[in-house]
Amino acid sequence: MTGKTRENYNENYLNYVKTQNPPTDHFRNCLSAFGVGGLICCIGQFIRYMLGYIGLTGDELAGATSIVLIFLGCLLTGFGVYDRIGRHAGAGSIVPITGFANSVASPAIEFKTEGWIFGMAAKMFTVAGPIIVFGVFSGVIVGLIYLFI
Amino acid sequence: MEGEIIAILLQYLKAFAVGGSICLIAQIVINFTDLSAGKILVYFMLAGIVLTAIGLYQPLVEFAGAGATVPISGFGYLLANGAMKGAEKGFFSAVTGSLADASAGVTAAVVFSFLMALIFKSRTKRS
Repeated sequence: MTGKTRENYNENYLNYVKTQNPPTDHFRNCLSAFGVGGLICCIGQFIRYMLGYIGLTGDELAGATSIVLIFLGCLLTGFGVYDRIGRHAGAGSIVPITGFANSVASPAIEFKTEGWIFGMAAKMFTVAGPIIVFGVFSGVIVGLIYLFI
Repeated sequence: MEGEIIAILLQYLKAFAVGGSICLIAQIVINFTDLSAGKILVYFMLAGIVLTAIGLYQPLVEFAGAGATVPISGFGYLLANGAMKGAEKGFFSAVTGSLADASAGVTAAVVFSFLMALIFKSRTKRS
């Protein structure tokens, strides 16, 4: 078999898959992403107000808010609720910080059967790792740019 | 008192609208490009860093509060903001400032995920 025909096989197969997929309901998709995403942000705003009443301010308030949200995201992931929300909400559950928590907790729970070090601890960073890598790298670049201008 | 309640409700509305819109943009991108969740998170975080660095994200945070800080672009905002604040103090703070400000989120994610892995068993995903 030459490489060219194999390429055609793949192409034909992909086209076949496309015909069998149910069409994406763009409007409903977007509506639920908007609703769920907005709702999670409102919960964040509520936590912010509550922590503000306790007396937290500034950076501490922002940090504590994300800690509470991440805790909720991890807990709901543990109970298996977050994945069920995610099936309907799409980006509405991925993009908020709770989705980041879900992307850390979910593989941690799933891969602990493969061992604590190379299962749980290593797989924890399959999604969060790239975020931290690109985040820290670009953060340093921004810091250096602002230092020299 | 009444004005205060209206201001709080308005803040919720702004958080809902801005946070929902960021998720809506992500959903539109997913619908048309089939990007995986991990890539979406990285791109939105990077967008948050760039927008913060050029000074566009700070007004959004002041306007929408949690609506701008809760999405992952708010994580990018924390990183860039930490670096920018650190740059005023000197070289060392400019380099370490970004992760120092974002440390709460990273620490919480690691610690709570560890605890959840201790408590919960992996379950088969029901469809």
